[in-house]
Amino acid sequence: MKKLLSGNEALALGAYHAGVRVATAYPGTPSTEILESISQFKDIYTEWSTNEKVAMEVALGSSYAGARTMVSLKQVGLNVAADPFLAAATTGVKGGLVVINADDPGIHSSQGEQDNRRYAELAKIPILEPTDSQSAYDLMQVAFDISEQFDTPVMLRTTTRISHSKSVVDITGQRQLREQKMEFPRQMQKYVMLPVNARVRHPLMEERLVKLAAFGDTFAFNQLEKGEKKLGIITSGIAYQYAKNVFPNATILKLCLTYPLPPELLKKFAAMVDKILVVEELDPFLEDHIKAMGINVIGKEFLPRLGELNNDVVTGAAVKADLLPASQPLEKISIPAKLPMRPPLLCPGCPHSGAFYVLSSLAQRLKLPGSKQTDKTSTLVITGDIGCYTLGAYPPLNAMDTTACMGASIGQAIGMEKAGISNKVVAVIGDSTFLHSGITPLIDAVYNQSKITVMILDNSTTAMTGHQEHPGTGFTIQGDPAGKVNIENIVKGLGIADVKTVNAFNLKEVRAALKDSLERDELSVVIVRGNCAVKVPKKVNPRAVDKELCNQCGICLLIGCPAIQTEGPQPVIDGTMCMGDACTICEQICPRKAIKPASPVKVGVNK
Amino acid sequence: MKKFDLLLTGVGGQGNILASDIIGDVALTAGYDVKKTDTLGMAQRGGSVISHLRIAAQVFSPLIKEGEVDILIGFEKLETVRWANYLKPGGIAIINNYAIPPLSVNQGLEHYPTDAEVKNIIGQRTDKLYLVDGSQKAAELGNARTLNIFMLGCLSKFLPFEIKDWEVGIALHLPERLLKLNMTAFELGRKEIR
Repeated sequence: MKKLLSGNEALALGAYHAGVRVATAYPGTPSTEILESISQFKDIYTEWSTNEKVAMEVALGSSYAGARTMVSLKQVGLNVAADPFLAAATTGVKGGLVVINADDPGIHSSQGEQDNRRYAELAKIPILEPTDSQSAYDLMQVAFDISEQFDTPVMLRTTTRISHSKSVVDITGQRQLREQKMEFPRQMQKYVMLPVNARVRHPLMEERLVKLAAFGDTFAFNQLEKGEKKLGIITSGIAYQYAKNVFPNATILKLCLTYPLPPELLKKFAAMVDKILVVEELDPFLEDHIKAMGINVIGKEFLPRLGELNNDVVTGAAVKADLLPASQPLEKISIPAKLPMRPPLLCPGCPHSGAFYVLSSLAQRLKLPGSKQTDKTSTLVITGDIGCYTLGAYPPLNAMDTTACMGASIGQAIGMEKAGISNKVVAVIGDSTFLHSGITPLIDAVYNQSKITVMILDNSTTAMTGHQEHPGTGFTIQGDPAGKVNIENIVKGLGIADVKTVNAFNLKEVRAALKDSLERDELSVVIVRGNCAVKVPKKVNPRAVDKELCNQCGICLLIGCPAIQTEGPQPVIDGTMCMGDACTICEQICPRKAIKPASPVKVGVNK
Repeated sequence: MKKFDLLLTGVGGQGNILASDIIGDVALTAGYDVKKTDTLGMAQRGGSVISHLRIAAQVFSPLIKEGEVDILIGFEKLETVRWANYLKPGGIAIINNYAIPPLSVNQGLEHYPTDAEVKNIIGQRTDKLYLVDGSQKAAELGNARTLNIFMLGCLSKFLPFEIKDWEVGIALHLPERLLKLNMTAFELGRKEIR
């Protein structure tokens, strides 16, 4: 049966057919949909783990017990999981263990650009790279076999363009499940990594690489496509597709096992062609390893190390390298005026908007649109974290000063305070991020007697990646009831005395709590709670601007709410976007009381 | 087999991703190879969203080269002119006559292109511009979300797929209770292109 599947859907289906029993993940673009997609099969165990490190550890235990297991994460997720990932590479596996790693060239939705093939090299484990959804489906099935045959975790590496593109998959297989009893036979030398045992494992890891390289020489998915002799292309992943478009007549070596590289196959290929170009995204990973084998290739002197490739970029590189004739470029359209950008925004009715408005006002950063007024010295430093709320960094809110990685806001705030800056420091972190990696730095704040203020913006979901459940929501990925951790209890349990919970949609409450915390000479936590706007089931009583009362002061525009627009100088509210009674933030800040329900509900009026 | 490179542009929440999913399934049913890729901003809603959809006997790159789009389908005017350079000379542009001004425009900091500017920009590539009243027609139907199916109705006039294949494709992606209304929107879209 032929179906259009995204790379992520194809990976999930391939794993299911390969008999996976346990799948773990923490959400992260572009990998999120892998676990979401496989969770529809109720006969396997799937979980959103607290973070990627835990996901990897749960997976490792499951593999030791004999189950075919997969972990899926985004590239920076592997940074979090690096410790158990390298441990898994050392102990090896029992049930096949596949780590699906989704890189994000072009930084569509990440805090940095990194080529995680380097991690697999560090861990001395094999990498499989699919070229489209069909290849993702097929490779996922052999990945488990390779893992078990060579006693190693396998990295299956995709990129955003593979994970999120849809292409045709011929679904041939069905679920193959071995009859097997789950058991863990004690085997101290393999599973207890005392130095004495780790020293025994290391030479086995080196031998494993040699065997895998030889395996790659005859691996059916490393494919040689014969073409003209004058140009040979070595490529992998999505780059293969661009190479096929740009060099339709070249001889192509498509590598799907990209680490370790197949030495004999590469030598044979090099002897077949006059010149070799390596086409790959991000780092010169294939290129460096091929050159180290003594094979002469060109690549990154013509192709960029940054961002995504596409047919235009590869064509440009080919022209520079004299592999293609220069062609007359199509004349660009002349655009009369600069087109306005459309940056992503906090949604209408977002519970973070009000909290940021208050923060921005306390930090003396609010500035009317187009105002020439100079920036005041901010009284606050606001360290930030990763989630929808990172958008609070944009104007008009201007309420976030740092964003590094998951959970960093709290540690950074402690560091600024300890370094001795004169400003008060506020750390802003979301609920899912706090549970992911905000707790250990908060313990540090208690232990080291820090006096920062921590704002936990709790919208009861992992919003940015598409509203996944987490340990604080009380539900599993499959929608079943789950254990529910209480953020107040965690914070109080650490011994923090000043813990306040406020309603995100009551600005007086938020302001009073924050002011109180900032005036205190102690560690303070403010939990700002309000449901994500996307999860609010119904819009009731959208607001409107009473133009007779409104003096066009523009203060309502400082929330940055997409529903508040302008007709000339006159602010107006798009009633189809406004969340109405669920929000009312603009109504609370309007100094003229000019914002009201569009069609007031009449109470007690007889018809 | 002819090739069709389609670019759908819009603002998050307008339904253009669903529309491109439907086209993909219709083309697959008609026996074509299909690749589709969406580029989304960071946020779920309110950012610009584009879909590349490539339909041919065999497709390699999921991304279309600049200047090779056969049909540009714009759900919002600004987001359409932003990608105008992708249209091939003499290609077709179907644009919903609807503006969603970004925040910077609402705050009076930037200029939203006028209709004359939109026509001028697209006009530098093609004279086959169809400015359609999709949002208005969808609102008249009582459900603004039928806009994407209205746009598919417009597009269907330029693609070699059978109406019954469109019906099947649409039914695959929408709940049954919305089918009748959406097929009305599809018909209105077809009538819009003369």
